[in-house]
Amino acid sequence: MEQSMKRFFAFVRKEFYHILRDRRTAAILFGMPILQLLLFGYAIRNEVSEVHTGILDMSHDTVTEAITDRLFSSGTFIFAGTLQSEKEIAPAFAAGRMNEVVIFEPDFAGRLQKDGVARMQVITDGSNPNVSRIVTGYTESVVHDWLAEQADGTTQIAGVEPVPLMIFNPSLKSVYLFVPGLMAMILMLVSALMTSISITREKESGTMELLLVSSLRPLQIIVGKVVPYLLLSFVNVVTVVSLAYFVFGVPCRGNIALLLVESLLFIMTALSLGIMISTITSSQQVAMMISLAGLLLPTVLLSGFIFPIRSMPWPLQAISHIIPARWYLVIVRGIMLKGAGIAVLWKETLILFFMTALFMAASLRKFSERLQ
Amino acid sequence: MTDLIHKIHSSLTVVGYLLQKEFLQIFRNRGMLPIMFIMPFIQLIILSNAATFDVPEVPFHLQDFDRTALSDQLVRRFTSTGYFRMTGESFRQSSAIDVLTGNRADMVLTIPKDFEQEMMTTGHARIQILIDAEDGFTAGVIRGYANDIVAAFNRDLFDLLPQFAGTQPVRPVIDIRSRGWYNPELAYIDYMVPGVLVVLVTLIGLFLSGMNVVREKEIGTIDQINVTPIRRWQFITGKLLPFWIISLGELTVGLVIARILFRVPMLGHYYVIYLVAAIYLLVVLGMGLLISTVTESQQQAMFVAWFFIVIFVLLSGLFTPIQSMPHWAQNLTLANPVRHFVDIMRRVMLKGSDFGDIAGPFGILGAEALVMLALAVNRYRKTTA
Repeated sequence: MEQSMKRFFAFVRKEFYHILRDRRTAAILFGMPILQLLLFGYAIRNEVSEVHTGILDMSHDTVTEAITDRLFSSGTFIFAGTLQSEKEIAPAFAAGRMNEVVIFEPDFAGRLQKDGVARMQVITDGSNPNVSRIVTGYTESVVHDWLAEQADGTTQIAGVEPVPLMIFNPSLKSVYLFVPGLMAMILMLVSALMTSISITREKESGTMELLLVSSLRPLQIIVGKVVPYLLLSFVNVVTVVSLAYFVFGVPCRGNIALLLVESLLFIMTALSLGIMISTITSSQQVAMMISLAGLLLPTVLLSGFIFPIRSMPWPLQAISHIIPARWYLVIVRGIMLKGAGIAVLWKETLILFFMTALFMAASLRKFSERLQ
Repeated sequence: MTDLIHKIHSSLTVVGYLLQKEFLQIFRNRGMLPIMFIMPFIQLIILSNAATFDVPEVPFHLQDFDRTALSDQLVRRFTSTGYFRMTGESFRQSSAIDVLTGNRADMVLTIPKDFEQEMMTTGHARIQILIDAEDGFTAGVIRGYANDIVAAFNRDLFDLLPQFAGTQPVRPVIDIRSRGWYNPELAYIDYMVPGVLVVLVTLIGLFLSGMNVVREKEIGTIDQINVTPIRRWQFITGKLLPFWIISLGELTVGLVIARILFRVPMLGHYYVIYLVAAIYLLVVLGMGLLISTVTESQQQAMFVAWFFIVIFVLLSGLFTPIQSMPHWAQNLTLANPVRHFVDIMRRVMLKGSDFGDIAGPFGILGAEALVMLALAVNRYRKTTA
């Protein structure tokens, strides 16, 4: 018994050496999570912060100039030039010089004074629908604010005043949303992809047969292959969570121990998926492609990482139920942002647990079949 | 003269044999075929549908402490517009957060006691809207919906409470009309499909070329090629051309699907897209070959390739707008080939841009193609260290 444990540990150590000896891969394994987190924290944003705006002013009076000034002093809008006629709008959009054009009708101030109504048009480059919608909203609110100020100090609105309160993420930072998804993606990459490749590599190069005829039991071989990646993944989780906390101020409002245990569970899920893939394929390339297309892309796209699941058409919503990352994301967001405990998250935890058990059982069966 | 022609002819024959070998290898690999030719299109369909930020019916929770005719009117406004769907109701202040924590609703609407009373006496009352801002973008949209509904309610207030008619001073109004060009219904799918196509072509191109030479290294056949009198440029051409042809083929099928299945408009010319794609693929494949020649195992090559793809795609403006990035990141994206091709695809398909409009990014792609190919040829050595 002791002998066999010793052999097992020697095997695990060998696997570790294998991973760490390959400096490039090791550097990427540890560097990628950090780099991605920094990218998401600093560069990747949902909010619209710069709108290149053109002005087509057919009136040129004090009011239109005041509104124009107000628009560009807000910091969101950047002056991209004046236009003389509507014909110039299309080329400006096509060349990507402008995202928005604001048009004032002739005699703007006069009409506002006389009729009480003046018309302006906001034309946006609608090829990106969301940016277009947000830009229009910004512009309207700037104009309304300006108008409200002109109409003396009666700021008290008659009627119902909604008081919105953004909880869990009051400053609406996108990094809060992305950190949990990033964790899921990295864990999938390290645990599932790397294990599936490292096992198929043994098959491809024929060394798997050598291992199988050694005194190690098949289960020990699999566990030994998987343990190093489990540890690596765990290190990555800790790195990402602490970086997110210290650099970007993403809170962890719930129990950190619970977060780590749940992450461990998800790592197990990913590892069992990796093992399963390696039992059904025999070449590294195929294992890689299946992991990429079958695991990583769904993890990025169908888990609610970037795109909200509720926005998807129903067949995709249905598919998202079988994506482990979907449940893991609910758990991580619950713990980190909402301070939820196991009382709230037991359902998601149970689902992950069953998925893991299922994948494990399937791959064990496949593996022993191969032996006969 | 004839000597020269003979020389050219014989060296092209060598490339021809190499091509034949590569194609045989590609089509012999039964495991990879479905992955190369079916997977991308399944992805195109899934991705294009999944990648949307539209916010449909928001589930909300109601806390109506007032329970009067007026508060009921307001609630009905929320439930009848199609933007909101009521999932529950409670009467304890503290339960609001629990509802959001348990993901049972995305918003809690709280109407205070004395709501109607206040409205009757002062003409002004507040309601609280608690929004789960986990996803800041969606939260902003929900707030917008709620504001719109309340604004509409306020406009009709004089019909509901006739005693207020006339108390409101008449103010000048600026009437803002807005239009989104190119995509008046603001359909997200039109915007996503051209970009997703770029990602698919890039994925296939980079992975296939990235794992190719290193695979020959792993199984040892590279040495057999190295001992032949084959020239470096012949070798690189023989490796590049098959994937170039396959990737262009995939792009074609993708464009057909975009046109027929998704009905994405095509305002520009196809030859513009193909010409840009031809150059763009040289960048991608050159990069793949470069990765392949400097790495030692397929695992390593795949990892390096994946690393670059993630960074390129994240910084391409495909999912999140480039204008939202800080300036240093925006400048960084100028070196990103994926960004330029996504940009060109969108402009050509949705806005009908022609060569004149896309000269800038096209020039950058051309320069990058030259650099990548030069590097790939240069780094490939027939000797092993």
